[in-house]
Order: sequence, then structure tokens, then C-alpha cells
Amino acid sequence: MSQFLLSLLSGIFIGGAAGFLGSLMLPKRMSLVAGPLGHLALPGIALALIYGFDISLGAFPFVILGIFLIWLFERKTKLPAEALTAVVFATGVAVAFFFLPIEQAEAALVGDISSVHLGDAVFAIAICVAISFVVEIIYPKMTLINVSEDIAKSQKINVGKYNLVYLLLIALIVALGVKVVGGLLTAAIVAIPAVTSRNLAKSLAQYKFLALIFGILSSAVGIFLSQFTSLPAGPLIIVSSAFLFLISIFLKR
Amino acid sequence: MDNAILRVKDLNVKFDGEEVFIGLSFNVDEGEVLAILGPNGAGKTTLLKALLGIVPYEGTVEWREGVKVGYVPQRLPFIKDVPLSVKEFFRLKNASENEAIEILKSIGLGEEILGKKIGDLSSGQFQRILIGWALASDPNVLLFDEPLAGIDIGGQESVYNLLEKLKEAKNLTILFVTHELSVVYRLADRVLCLNKRMLCMGAPKEKLTPEAISNLYASPIKFYQHKHQEGEIS
Repeated sequence: MSQFLLSLLSGIFIGGAAGFLGSLMLPKRMSLVAGPLGHLALPGIALALIYGFDISLGAFPFVILGIFLIWLFERKTKLPAEALTAVVFATGVAVAFFFLPIEQAEAALVGDISSVHLGDAVFAIAICVAISFVVEIIYPKMTLINVSEDIAKSQKINVGKYNLVYLLLIALIVALGVKVVGGLLTAAIVAIPAVTSRNLAKSLAQYKFLALIFGILSSAVGIFLSQFTSLPAGPLIIVSSAFLFLISIFLKR
Repeated sequence: MDNAILRVKDLNVKFDGEEVFIGLSFNVDEGEVLAILGPNGAGKTTLLKALLGIVPYEGTVEWREGVKVGYVPQRLPFIKDVPLSVKEFFRLKNASENEAIEILKSIGLGEEILGKKIGDLSSGQFQRILIGWALASDPNVLLFDEPLAGIDIGGQESVYNLLEKLKEAKNLTILFVTHELSVVYRLADRVLCLNKRMLCMGAPKEKLTPEAISNLYASPIKFYQHKHQEGEIS
């Protein structure tokens, strides 16, 4: 299989899963969370680049560690989660710069899907399929939780359990996302397809579906453009996604 | 000859160490319509949540075995963040399209509303949809938080009529929270006056004397001034 096709497939699956999951994060007002989580994955990304293993594998433990620290600090201090997130993610970025090999800084910050290995690609695609599958399963209950936690609890839905699964999915998609768009841009791959879809959808079914499609489409367009322009794919994906959003504003009724 | 569907005994709820209400004890009979009346901040919504078991409490809340409770919260500010159609909203509760249509009929709405977005409904329509949604699992008991709040006058009348109809048509037990006296007189068999503790309970016409009402709506009761009186309550 050609390297281009491998990159394209990985990008499409990661972009689609991110858009799909992002459609659950938008009503929960959590679209931005993927940003700081991506930033604090940077030390893991740096380690992966130094030792030459899959950067998603490097990123994942740091994302989980970050989520855990924010949760722990929130419990201990009762300070707002967003302030604690700022503490944790900025520290992550700072630490990463102590040992991030400077010639690979671009790959770490804005991603590099162009050189993905076969094994890593297969692994990423499998995880994306699994993420999308789980998102589809939890979608109705999560939607109810997003609408009203009280109603959900009165229906005997275990809100804590669903939120935990949901957070885990976010951690996974961020770890995969850094491969495509780097540690800086992960918020965009979950947020933009969802808001674009939100502008156009008339029902939940359309909203979910369009978020997935816009995630796939922007990844595909970005990776194609990268092939022809030799600009990095990550930023091109985000710009394509933003362009679709702009179009959706004018189509919105 | 015990017809109680709900028994509440010595119910207390605290948030962060501060008491929301204390010492509530009452029973609700099957088929009864109970109004929970009180000023803002009296603990009415929290009482409903305690009855539903979604906030931690002390004391006992005992529903008759096998009872199904439907809940209609006061506001759903986030529902407009999700582009839900009415049909999809019902599907979140596993209600089939036919079931949804049946329910819509019983709440006076046509099936053409199924395709509408929740965000595009009028306040009265939305409230009726919420009530219909609570009816979808065939509950024996409905808990309502301010069923008429924030609805325009025309919509209010339709919700009134619906509640009266439900009261007669089904053997539903209804508990609703309100701060409006008119709703209590019109719908309730009994009223529970709540302002941090129970101030009266019984038929509205007997219990809601001018004195009782001014007492109920007097400035919020401070527990520390009244602790020595706890034994006298009830």
C-alpha cells in the first residue's frame, strides 16, 4: 500500500471519529477540552519522537495523567476546573520543551501523518472504529444526560459511568488526534465538524451523521492538499474544516 | 386499608452542610394530587429530587413496590443545544413512533409535531411535550416541578386542561411543586406548605388560611433560631 493511501486512510478514520465524538462534546460545552489535553500530551509525544515509537502511545498516558490530575486538584482545592486545566496543560507544554528534539518540533506541534507506518495505521483505524462504535452505543443516554442530568438520573441511568466512558473516549481520540494535527490543534478536530453540522442539521440523526462526514471530509481534503502543496497536513485539515464551517454559516437557516 | 403510595419520614437534605429542609414526614395516597407550595428557595425542587433519589438525603423515602415515577423538571436550558426532533426526543426514552403518536393525541397535539425541532416549539407546546414524555413509560406517579412556570397565558390554559384531564383519565398520583396559589386551588387535593420545614398539610381550602399563607411566605426561616422548637413541629 502506498504511503499516501496509508496517511489518507488514517487521517479519514481519525477525523471521522473525532467529528462524531465531538458532536457529543458540543452540547456538553466541552469542545475546548481536547485542546489542553492535546497540549499536555506533548511530553509523551516528545518521548515517542526521541525513541521512535507511535506518538499516540506516547500521548495516551499523559492525557490520562492530565485528566486524573485535573480531577484530583479539583477535588482537593475546589478551584474551577478551567483554571486547573491551565495549570496542568501549561506545565505539560513547558516540560515537553526541555527535551523535545527541535528538528521534530513541527511534527509534535502540528502533527505529521505523512510518514505513518502500516502497523500504526492499522492500530489507529481499529481504535477509531471502536471509538465510533462505543459513541453510537452511548449516544442516546449521553444525549439525555446532556439535556438534563436530573432526568437521566430519574431514569436510573448511571451518569457517572457514562461520563467516565465518555472521558476515556476523549482521551483516546486526543491521543490519536495528535498524530494527525499535533499537540496544538486537537481541539479543532472535535469542535469544528460538530459546529458546522450544528449549523445545518434539522435533527439529531442528521447532526451526528454530518459531524462524522465533515470530520472525514476535512481530513481528506487537508491530506490531499498537503500532497500537492508540501505544506503540513495538520494545519491544512483545520483550515479545510474551518472553510466548511464558513460555508455552513451561509447555508444556515 | 392503607392506600399510601409514598411514605416519607424525617426527611432532611443538606447541601455543603447547610440544611435545605428538615424533618419532613408525610404520606401520599394513590390517585391523589398533592401540591408542594412555598416561596423561592423553600426547598421544593430539592424535595422532588430527594423523592426521586437523585440528591442524597437522610430519613426514609418509601415508594410502594413496583411504582414507576415520571419526572418533569422545571427547565431544560440545555435542550436547545441539541438539535432534537420531537420524535427523537421520545426515542431517547425508547418510545416507539406509535406510542409517541398515542401520547401526543392524549396531550392534544397532532402527529405533525413529531418532525419539529424541540427548539422551535412554543413554551406551551414544549411543556406539554415534556409531560407527554414523562407519560411515555406508563408511570403511576408524576412529579412536576412548576408545571406552569414560564409559559405564556394561552399555553398555561392548555397545560391546566391537560393536567386536569390526566388526573381524571388515569389513576395517576401527581405531586407538583409551585409557588402560585391559584394552581393549588385548581388542581390539588391536598397541599404541603414548605419553607425549609413543613408548615401545613391538608386540603387547600382548609389549610390555606390567610394566616398560614403569610406565615409561609414570610422571610426564609433560619434554623438556628428555631432549633429548640423542633420537637413542636408536626
